[in-house]
Amino acid sequence: MTGAGSAGSLTGERLGEVLRKYAIIFILLGLVVVLSIASPSFLQPQNLINVVRQISVIGLLAIGVTVVIISTGIDLSLGSVLALASVVAASFAQAPDWARPMYPGLQLPVLLSFGAGIAVGALCGLINGALIAGFRIPPFIATLGMMTAARGVALIYSNGRPISGLTDEFNYIGQGSVLGIPIPIIVLAVVAIAAHLMLHNTRFGRHVYALGGNEQAARVSGLNLTRIKILIYVFAGALAGLGGLVLSARIGSGQPTLGQGAELDAIAAAVIGGTSFAGGIGTIWGTLVGALIIGVINNGLDLLNVSPFSQQVVKGVIIVIAIIIDERKNR
Amino acid sequence: MADEFLLRMEGISKSFPGVLALDDVHLEVRPGTVHALMGENGAGKSTLMKVLIGIYQADAGTITFRGSPVQIPDTAHALRLGISMIHQELSPVPEMTVAENIYLGREPTNRLGLIDKRRMYADTRELMAKWDIHLNPRVVMKRLSVAQTQMVEIAKAISYDARLIIMDEPTSALSEREVDHLHGMISSLRGSGVSIIYITHKMDEVFKISDYVTVFRDGKHVSTLPAAELDRQRLIALMVGRELTHMFPKESAEVGEVVMSVRGLTRKGLVKDVSFDLRRGEILGLAGLMGAGRTEVLEGIFGVAPIDAGEILIRGKKVTINSPSDAIDHGLGMLTEDRKRTGIMGVLSVRDNITIASLQRFSHFGLLRKRQMDAASRRERDALAIKTPSIHQLIKLLSGGNQQKVLVSRWLLTTPEILMIDEPTRGIDVGAKAEIHRLMSNLAADGKAILMVSSELPEILGMSDRVLVMHEGRITGEFSRADATQEKIMHAATGNPAVAAA
Repeated sequence: MTGAGSAGSLTGERLGEVLRKYAIIFILLGLVVVLSIASPSFLQPQNLINVVRQISVIGLLAIGVTVVIISTGIDLSLGSVLALASVVAASFAQAPDWARPMYPGLQLPVLLSFGAGIAVGALCGLINGALIAGFRIPPFIATLGMMTAARGVALIYSNGRPISGLTDEFNYIGQGSVLGIPIPIIVLAVVAIAAHLMLHNTRFGRHVYALGGNEQAARVSGLNLTRIKILIYVFAGALAGLGGLVLSARIGSGQPTLGQGAELDAIAAAVIGGTSFAGGIGTIWGTLVGALIIGVINNGLDLLNVSPFSQQVVKGVIIVIAIIIDERKNR
Repeated sequence: MADEFLLRMEGISKSFPGVLALDDVHLEVRPGTVHALMGENGAGKSTLMKVLIGIYQADAGTITFRGSPVQIPDTAHALRLGISMIHQELSPVPEMTVAENIYLGREPTNRLGLIDKRRMYADTRELMAKWDIHLNPRVVMKRLSVAQTQMVEIAKAISYDARLIIMDEPTSALSEREVDHLHGMISSLRGSGVSIIYITHKMDEVFKISDYVTVFRDGKHVSTLPAAELDRQRLIALMVGRELTHMFPKESAEVGEVVMSVRGLTRKGLVKDVSFDLRRGEILGLAGLMGAGRTEVLEGIFGVAPIDAGEILIRGKKVTINSPSDAIDHGLGMLTEDRKRTGIMGVLSVRDNITIASLQRFSHFGLLRKRQMDAASRRERDALAIKTPSIHQLIKLLSGGNQQKVLVSRWLLTTPEILMIDEPTRGIDVGAKAEIHRLMSNLAADGKAILMVSSELPEILGMSDRVLVMHEGRITGEFSRADATQEKIMHAATGNPAVAAA
């Protein structure tokens, strides 16, 4: 009797383990099933591509913030950094025939304006990292400061107005597509693969996990924590810059008000995807699934004509449920 | 008959995914006795105690306390029944005072429902006076030493007026004198009819204070005997299931040239003018009481903490060490005292923990060679007999002894010449202890120089070729292996130079 009982409970436990381990995947699949029943247009290929394209910018920020959270940090500035990168890059990418260019007569190769956007993001990250690693300011506070300041600089730089009239080459990374796949999705995929490789197949990546797993032990193991922390925030900032490029190209103008609250969606995606605030735990693919869950909810509720107000409530509830399930997994 | 035992646990089983932690075990505790619970780590002692205080729920079995069957769903219920526990890992709230910690969750309140601070502090003072603990109730916990924190935890456990107090390795952080103090407290608790379940790895304590001894092995109850019917060899044999002939197997290795010299090392208020040489093939023991400054010496050498004066010479050349990574570059490695806090990265795998200090050697054109990392980790696992189902297992799921072996391999992969090991076997069971000792002995034979800090005198005497003794930041004694005795070391450690020199 004991034997049969324990064998039964063992397989039961196995099943439970599998369910818990891949809980977020099941949540995503569950949402897809429910939505495809509720709204026939949900499963249309074009709609599915839309879903992914809509999360591409949040996905970029989420990948950055995943690395930050694995190291036990946090970055609240990513949305503002995105806006700053957006206006700076756009100001270098205005078409020569545009009526009111910011820099009349300036004509730069498009790659240079891309570089400028990413560099601005990386610079903000460098400042964050230096404040955190050098001055030992808690990441929450340092990046809260950057969130406010970067937004202010974006508004000053653009005079509070959109910077429009961008060249077609610039807009291509937001609006173009290859073999029917929109460029933003390709950018996200490439960055995700690169970030995954970075986390799992480079010294830097393993150092990030070690730092998050036990900072003291990492220090005694000879890791240069100052350098690692600075690089982590530079990485997140650069991705926010890239997100700014993609978003500006998509809407055809640089805007200082872009990305407000985007960092919170990014953090939500990372956390839904299993990244632990206690540090040392998190994966890129998990974060992508987290971002997809958010995207599917947004899209599905739109299709079902749920009001934007109610959408926020639904999103909040689903985030919390996802975390509860994840929390049980780690017990 | 129901009155014969205070506590009776019968047929208790508990399994975790993949592990049967407790297999139909029983435990009976008589009122007013000290009952030692012995067994290697992973034997099931802590699990059984966690079942008893309601942290875990047993899969099967019954608990009878004070004559009636009980269900214990949580620790609050256990406390109400009169069962309290001092945990091995202390968990005070660092920003709160001693009194606030003792009365956490049951603060005395006045008629308005506000905390009656005056009564809380008065009660704490009374408690401290009654048990002869010299601590100010208003001191914030984070200002206390580990030993003082331990005393507060003990006072807290007693303050619940428990009928049964479980102590899980309560003396691992205490000095000799504090241990005596604790043992005195235990005797008077026993005198007033309280029973103690005492988990320890220290043999001497068992024979000194316990009335009964229960031995667990691999989740099973092995035997329960009156302490008077046991001796050391027999007890160890029961625990490991085999006769243990060499507890401290340091074999004589050829001691060679000086590889590291420390000259006048000083850290303000912690370490004063410490100088010594460390030789190839040598195990140099650093003895002393808690707070003598031994760990602080290692931290100073390894660049974990800045030094105020002094120099370090590696193979005769003066070196500057500002960080652990400098130290590693000069061929040093260090295993810290507190495995959990500064050693393991709990949520990472065994492999990641082994390779983290030496990733450079696995990195080719910026990418890590996973297969080489796996192979190196498996080699280490086999060489050191690390017991783990896989190198991808999370290290926090391993026993203390196996975690320690993982940390040793972490450093071996950096190919150090000098290995500093702080409390190599703290909280490690007897079997694994012997393995760690054999490992250290082999490392010395391979020509590594080992600087070992230990608070266990048998370990110091058994393992060291030479012993340095520290007291209040200074070196107060140096003995060769042949000269060293417990008495001489204790004299030097308590700052009695006249006898130490004799």
